[in-house]
Amino acid sequence: MNFSASEDHEAIREGVRRVCAQFPDEYWREKDEQHEFPWDFYQAMADGGWVGIAIPEEFGGGGQGITEASIVLEEVAASGAAMNGCSAIHLSIFGMEPVRKYGSPELANEILPKVADGSLHAAFGVTEPDAGTDTTSIRTRAERDGDEYVITGAKVWTTKAPYCDVCLLLVRTTPKELCDGPTQGMTLLLVDLKDPSVDITPIPKVGRNAVVSCEVRYDGLRVPVSRRVGEEGEGFRYILDGLNPERILISAEALGIGRAALRKAVDYANDRVIFGRPIGQNQGLAFPLADSHARLHAAELVIREASWRYDSGLDCGAQANLAKYLASEAAFECADRAMQTHGGFGYAKEYDVERYWRESRLMKIAPVSQEMVLNYVSNKVLGLPRSY
Amino acid sequence: MKVVVCVKQIPDPALPGELDPSTNYLKRDDKLILDESDSYGVEMALQLVEGAGGGEVSLVSMAPNNEVSGLRTALAMGAEDAILVSDNALAGSDALGTARVLAAAISRLSPDLVLAGVESSDGYTGTVPEMIAGVLDIPSITFAKQIEIDGNTVKVQRQTEAGYDDVECQTPALVSVTAGVVEPRYPSFKGIMAAKKKPVEELDLSALGLDESSVGQSGARQETVRVTEAEERQAGEVIEDEGDAHEKIVEFLGELKIV
Repeated sequence: MNFSASEDHEAIREGVRRVCAQFPDEYWREKDEQHEFPWDFYQAMADGGWVGIAIPEEFGGGGQGITEASIVLEEVAASGAAMNGCSAIHLSIFGMEPVRKYGSPELANEILPKVADGSLHAAFGVTEPDAGTDTTSIRTRAERDGDEYVITGAKVWTTKAPYCDVCLLLVRTTPKELCDGPTQGMTLLLVDLKDPSVDITPIPKVGRNAVVSCEVRYDGLRVPVSRRVGEEGEGFRYILDGLNPERILISAEALGIGRAALRKAVDYANDRVIFGRPIGQNQGLAFPLADSHARLHAAELVIREASWRYDSGLDCGAQANLAKYLASEAAFECADRAMQTHGGFGYAKEYDVERYWRESRLMKIAPVSQEMVLNYVSNKVLGLPRSY
Repeated sequence: MKVVVCVKQIPDPALPGELDPSTNYLKRDDKLILDESDSYGVEMALQLVEGAGGGEVSLVSMAPNNEVSGLRTALAMGAEDAILVSDNALAGSDALGTARVLAAAISRLSPDLVLAGVESSDGYTGTVPEMIAGVLDIPSITFAKQIEIDGNTVKVQRQTEAGYDDVECQTPALVSVTAGVVEPRYPSFKGIMAAKKKPVEELDLSALGLDESSVGQSGARQETVRVTEAEERQAGEVIEDEGDAHEKIVEFLGELKIV
């Protein structure tokens, strides 16, 4: 077993750090407060080839795996950009994988080079107001009309929707009750979000305010059959394929936020002098931070194991879920402790830990709740009866 | 057009540095990085070659332990290849010894133009570029804020306290580039990957035909005799405001000739 970081991985970390160093906490604080998308950060990451790192070289990308992509996102988050930085580029990094894997060569050739160079923004639409984790209950439907599908329905939490040109949309093409199984009858379509039949409404939320998440209504949107990804009725299977890498990337983002929060907390605990000595000298403050370091480190090792397994073509369901669970818990706990370390100033925006705290809270909910991860582990790993 | 850039690899300034008590020189045993002040020279060279529609940017560096980390960063920015001079006998080199080594490496490449930073961020002697020009017997222009190549002439806007002077000379020439006059590009992902495969020729003193007595500690005419702690800054004066604090502040600023 070899735990040494490869030269490539170190170079990737250093390269991303150089870009991120131009976008300090002040930048992200302002973008979050103003609810402004970080266009210049996005462009810098795209120009450096970091957005396209996991897209195959034949489409202009970097041809790297989930391990390298997770390193990029971890470093973005750890720079202090946290989720505002990660979510700005997250879907471009691996979200269009179904198009590569299952889409027609024409569709892949049209879309992927533009995603790789950052010129095309793509969204992902699965969750609905009445269908979150229970994906098979989606009600957005697509009816065939000649060479087109006509889409009607609504999605929620579509990230970046107002800036995106296209959205990879999961729709029902056959009603659930007419299918042999609930996971059948769903289809993946690449739809045009700029069409007038699409109505986008941002959802006010607790944090990560530089990147909007939206409710998107589709009222008779016509989509050519040529924009279908793969086979009709196979969409759910295609989506499932992407769940593990998604969890690994989110874990890496959580780890990055944890690192940012821990760094701030340690700096403050060293600098802040109360009763004639730095507050970090008090074990009541030092031990929680040391404990967070241990938990983040443990999560990091599971993330590396999960991404290595995925890139090696091995099953990684258990590891990806464990990584997501451990990293989300460790990151939020660390951000909370960083806030506690800062005392009253932790509640002030200018110290940034409250931003990490708000944003790391999201990881315990999205893209899948901690409870559903534990359901997976209970059932699939431990062999306990399924609870739902 | 062939441009050679002198690149120094230095200990990471973000980490606490340490002096070797036997030589009073900075320890350079750990990983070294590209000196930021040289990244301006690299960027300037890349822009000149791009502007000329063709050419080549090569790097020369002198570093212990065959260190190439900083060179890889400059190669990732877009330089084509590099010469690294590394030899145990170079430990303790002074500015002239360093200039002799770099000049010997540069002369193997027969460049049209040699660029360097004004001064390194760890040594700060600010004399090596001009010494290189002296050893090579080529003209030298310092403090460039803008460089233009016109045939066999290099035209430079040379920064001064009042503005800049327009100066020019024939190539080959050496020009030192002022920090901050261009925006060094970030190495891209593809640049970083490509840099791993770019050639770095590693040479020792014998390959350069240099005698050990002219470089390193034995050839050094400069010696760091003593290192002392910088004096701690004195505490400032605290003015209790009794209605006249503004007057005292104005008076203080007046003494400093700020107002």
